[in-house]
Amino acid sequence: MLGSYIDRVIWLAGFLLEIYVVVYSLYKKSFLRNIAINFYMLCEAAVTCGLYFCMRRYGQNSPTYGYYYYYTDRLLTILMFWVIIRFYQQVFSEMQVSKYVRQAAVMLLLATAFFSYAVVHENRGHLTGRFIIEFGQNLYFVGVVLTYLLWGTILKLRETRARLVQLVLALGVYFSAAAGSYAIGNLFPHLYLPFLRFLLPVLGLWLPLAWAYTFTRVPEDARLATASLVARAR
Amino acid sequence: MIAALIFVISVAALLQFFVLHCRSILAYTRRVELSDRVREVAGIAAANVAASDFDRIVELVRLCPERGDDRKEIRVVGTYYSLLDFLGRITRSVTPKIAAWTENERRSCSYFAAVALDRRISYSRDLFTQQVADRL
Repeated sequence: MLGSYIDRVIWLAGFLLEIYVVVYSLYKKSFLRNIAINFYMLCEAAVTCGLYFCMRRYGQNSPTYGYYYYYTDRLLTILMFWVIIRFYQQVFSEMQVSKYVRQAAVMLLLATAFFSYAVVHENRGHLTGRFIIEFGQNLYFVGVVLTYLLWGTILKLRETRARLVQLVLALGVYFSAAAGSYAIGNLFPHLYLPFLRFLLPVLGLWLPLAWAYTFTRVPEDARLATASLVARAR
Repeated sequence: MIAALIFVISVAALLQFFVLHCRSILAYTRRVELSDRVREVAGIAAANVAASDFDRIVELVRLCPERGDDRKEIRVVGTYYSLLDFLGRITRSVTPKIAAWTENERRSCSYFAAVALDRRISYSRDLFTQQVADRL
């Protein structure tokens, strides 16, 4: 996970990008406007630091490190649902339905928490290996479905805020790539070490990289015709 | 079975999101007019940039001093171009409609590279002017 030189470089680059997103938001005085993204980035940076200390203290092959890695990853995925909900609120902001979005969000979080508890309770005897991969695959797939619905809503409501569109598309790339990778790990367990072991940290780098790019390069008031993106893509 | 289904859906969603993400990056550059200077440097005679010019223009971009803020988008668009190139090759004889679409998209990538080259040339000129001014 973080053992080799390449892993350390990926870890450091990810950490710096996450901090960059937060510092850039503070600098542009938009920290509270993008509170969900910034909070997620801070948590991700904190988890990365914890991972590093865990590796130093217990070793990369220790069960403690493994548990820390996978449980924090699942918690961060659930936290990411909050980011998606904030995106939904932004998309629906002009329709005055944020109360319903909030209610749906609470329901979704409760359902996710209940489902997660049920799965963990059912598999408490063997919380490693295949279960971890299957659980990750399911959580990420929920993310894919939510992001896809969000993208459909953006198209339907003819949303033109370029920054929001790029943030959502980057999130879609991340969730679908992660869900697909976990599904490969589930289908072919022998591919886990040579494949997922390197792919997952690289995927973790994509989101802070894409979001850092979007915040830096796409102005807040930039507009984009999303319908034309899809029309030409057909 | 469920894992296979999730894998197929995720790959389809990944491709779609990736294509749309690249297109949202390209959308900005479509509105930018190319300067005569970059047309001269890159040898672009026609109104549109040819799809096959992408690699050559990117080589020219790499010769210019880096601005530092366009590396990521050049890399993403480069990956997108390679993907389109591969798709265009395999669909050319089977489905010409898709091949035509990939050609059009590759042309957008080349146009994007030309805009990036234009920006880097302007940046190099600014650097040079600044250095001359500092010496004086």
